[in-house]
Amino acid sequence: MTTATASHDNHDDHGHHGPAKGIMRWVLTTNHKDIGTMYLWFSLTMLFIGGTMALIIRSELFQPGMQLIEPEFFNQMTTMHGLIMVFGAIMPAFVGLANWMVPLMIGAPDMALPRMNNWSFWILPFAFGMLLFTLFTEAGAPNFGWTFYAPLSTTYAPSSVTYFIFGVHMMGISSIMGAINIIVTILNLRAPGMTLMKMPLFVWTWFITAYLLVAVMPVLAGVVTMMLMDIHYGTAFFDAAGGGDPVLFQHVFWFFGHPEVYIMILPAFGIVSQIIPTFARKPLFGYASMVYATSSIAFLSFIVWAHHMFTVGLPLQTELFFMYATMLIAIPTGVKVFNWVSTMFRGSMTFETPMLFALAFVVLFTIGGFSGLMLSIAPADFQYHDTYFVVAHFHYVLVPGALFGIIAGVYYWLPKWTGHYINENLGKFHFWMSFIGVNVTFFPMHFIGLAGMPRRIPDYALQFADFNAIATVGAFIFGFSQLIFLFVLIKTIRGGEKATDQVWEGAEGLEWTIPSPAPYHTFAEPPHVK
Amino acid sequence: MLFRTWQRLSSVVLGLVSAPAAMADWELNMPQGITEVSQSIYELHMLIFWICVWIGVVVFGVMFYSIFKHRKSKGAVASKFHESLTLEILWTALPTVILIAMAVPATTVLIQMYDTTNSDVDIKITGYQWKWEYNYLGEDVGFFSNLTTPEDEIYNLAEKNENYLLEVDKHVVVPTGQKVRFLITSNDVIHAWWVPEIAVKKDAIPGYINESWAFIPEGEEGIYRGQCAELCGVNHGFMPIVLEAVTGDEYQVWLEEQRAGKIAEAQAALGDFSYDELMVKGADVYARSCAACHGGEGQGLGSVFPALAGSDIALNDMAAHIDIVLNGKPGTAMQAYATQLSDVDMAAVITFERNAWGNDTGETVTPKMITDAKK
Ligand code: HEC
Ligand code: HEM
Ligand SMILES: [Cu+2]
Ligand SMILES: [Cu+2]
Repeated sequence: MTTATASHDNHDDHGHHGPAKGIMRWVLTTNHKDIGTMYLWFSLTMLFIGGTMALIIRSELFQPGMQLIEPEFFNQMTTMHGLIMVFGAIMPAFVGLANWMVPLMIGAPDMALPRMNNWSFWILPFAFGMLLFTLFTEAGAPNFGWTFYAPLSTTYAPSSVTYFIFGVHMMGISSIMGAINIIVTILNLRAPGMTLMKMPLFVWTWFITAYLLVAVMPVLAGVVTMMLMDIHYGTAFFDAAGGGDPVLFQHVFWFFGHPEVYIMILPAFGIVSQIIPTFARKPLFGYASMVYATSSIAFLSFIVWAHHMFTVGLPLQTELFFMYATMLIAIPTGVKVFNWVSTMFRGSMTFETPMLFALAFVVLFTIGGFSGLMLSIAPADFQYHDTYFVVAHFHYVLVPGALFGIIAGVYYWLPKWTGHYINENLGKFHFWMSFIGVNVTFFPMHFIGLAGMPRRIPDYALQFADFNAIATVGAFIFGFSQLIFLFVLIKTIRGGEKATDQVWEGAEGLEWTIPSPAPYHTFAEPPHVK
Repeated sequence: MLFRTWQRLSSVVLGLVSAPAAMADWELNMPQGITEVSQSIYELHMLIFWICVWIGVVVFGVMFYSIFKHRKSKGAVASKFHESLTLEILWTALPTVILIAMAVPATTVLIQMYDTTNSDVDIKITGYQWKWEYNYLGEDVGFFSNLTTPEDEIYNLAEKNENYLLEVDKHVVVPTGQKVRFLITSNDVIHAWWVPEIAVKKDAIPGYINESWAFIPEGEEGIYRGQCAELCGVNHGFMPIVLEAVTGDEYQVWLEEQRAGKIAEAQAALGDFSYDELMVKGADVYARSCAACHGGEGQGLGSVFPALAGSDIALNDMAAHIDIVLNGKPGTAMQAYATQLSDVDMAAVITFERNAWGNDTGETVTPKMITDAKK
């Protein structure tokens, strides 16, 4: 949909300097590419830390009985795993991709607020450093689940909850600054001719995501502040004994929480919408309807939060409203899937690594959407809620959904970043191991959930043993396959077949008009988009 | 009705064919359960499941067809179409229709689930860290229900029994053929009371009383097991629910027994107990009610749950010791045990704590001292 007239001779090589030398390059940088790179490495580090925790959890659950760790530490692991994956791995990875690609895709020289950009990244290592440090304190890390329901997280919390609150505040500030930056960049720095309805879908989905972030991160900050006051200043927002209301906590949390899950998937929708047309060599089907569908999903995501609360005893009318609203979300989500499939239909497809991950995304995310639709049926949710069925659902949308989207994006743009193609054999090996691992891990969880295994338990009744053992085997396959990913990344950075500027035969858009690797400064003079 | 008969029949046949497999290993699906509501939920679940399967077959069918036919290596040339208003309208409208068709039965079932009126039996259920209390309203019957799976089984020192982690000391007994209403609340954090076979799952929230109900038809007498379904702290995985459905007559007999048992207990408190008797009983009570937090050897747990071995309160101030066990400490996980334990059990456990694990005070706390302290 965008035709670029720009070519490399209008990237600048006068007056500008390359990166500074040494560590200070990274500490002081305001360059969107450097910051993007730091976000991505940070996210990968968090993925490995959170992943190690997942393997500890799965090891304990390999067999019934307590073998390796104590229930208390188990709860700390589930909590930290969730927090680290959501706030440390998935979200920063998307911000990193946005930093790298949004300016390149809209023909901007950098992000609009480069100094703030530096801050939004550098807050993160401190936030997570603090969160992780609680693991080594006497009170132990937070142990109340990533949803931190009061009063378990207030009156009954370990003292590390205060560090947790501070950490969440810092992450929130980082996300809000990142989001504002993206909005301002997109609104102000588009190259001439790049109208909104010509923007690549990755830019569009991030644009909408950024609004979601600005809208709900303050709500998260509010809810943790109310906790802080309950814990230290004697208020009773969530303490029934003091006239407060534990259910209020859940309403406020999920008002943040449901949009949050879309924050974690919309940019992945964007990535997949870039990749599929490239490798199908055919324009994206229904560009405009994709934009409208994304917007409707974003809007609906604000009015479905109580589907996480079907069993808290909401009045019947409320329950019905949230059930209907949640079912509605399936419609725009379906439109997206249909559009992707139609893009493939009668294309001329090839199956390089990014495409494989994108295809797996379409299939497995859709399976996660199906279980979401099942969960939206309130009466049935009384049986599903807080079981492994829910665990299966959100891992299908988050791992082969959000995470595969990120990995696909990294493989897709890596040649542009490094100037080298990846070793396709290794990439495909990584793909197949991940694909097998993810399904062996999470598919059986549907069964144990339906059969009645609650989530967040360190030990379980004997009838759940077989599928749990399988899931653990899958988790190790998946976890160790990510080492292949790390290997491919390092190998590609250090060398490999030289990438062309267009990189992929079917690729279209401004980012493919600049040289590979992308020079330190790009589009100092804006390109013209017809 | 027809569905029910058909299903009963098929489950009998299945049971005969696959008796060993029916040990629930490799269980794939939601239980159909034993109440009308649980059956309806199961049917909704299967309906939406098959809808998803069919949509999946069509969507993935087209996708894989394209993947196999329209690949460059087979010489496929990309066509350029990228829009079709007709298609867009079609695949917005069709799902809408399907969803409306799905919403109708879902609404009906939900309305039915919310109708807690006209109950025959009312049971108040209170969640505690980490046990359930049941009070039969208007019957003067109430008790706590604790996990009975021994630590040795949990820590793999003994073979696990068939009902591992799903067994308790006192079952919650309900009559069949009557509408039982559950009033669910909590004493501390949020728990959730869940028995899959009757499709009742409701959060137990401090300050709220949630309602739910079940009508177990006659002929479905039996034992049904469930678990707490909301993270409630360290031992969230260790507070199961065992529901025992009995006939109406058996239920009345059971109520009588409970009332008689309570009177006997009060009588016993007046009797004399030797130090040795109290220590034996105390060890038992401790393991059941206190060890979860204070540790099997009185060593405490982490920084939140204090050790009792060698603690000041257990070695010196007996009045304070009795007081904290009777009345608990508000705002902490230490609950008031005055209503949970009989005076004999209370005396036994305190005697035990003052003499076990090297706390050799040699003191005996008698049931009478507890009765007096309560005044
Ligand atoms: C749910 C967890 C839990 C259970 C079960 C529990 N306690 Fe406690 N107990 C605590 C906590 C927490 C404290 C510390 C309260 C505070 O902050 O002072 C405590 C304190 C105590 C103390 C005072 C210790 C001291 O040194 O100050 C005694 C005595 C005690 N408990 C006895 C018992 C007995 C007897 C039982 C069993 C009938 C029991 N507890 C069951 C959590 C528990
Ligand atoms: C078709 C679209 C979707 C529908 C209808 C849907 C519906 C639901 C429902 C009803 C629940 C609550 C289940 C319960 O706790 O009983 C749920 C949980 C969840 N969903 Fe979705 N969902 C959809 C897509 C997504 C996406 C795209 C994501 C994230 C990428 C996501 C992430 C989650 C998470 C993380 C939870 C669990 C939260 C927790 O309790 O920890 N869902 N979903
Ligand atoms: Cu949600
Ligand atoms: Cu629980």
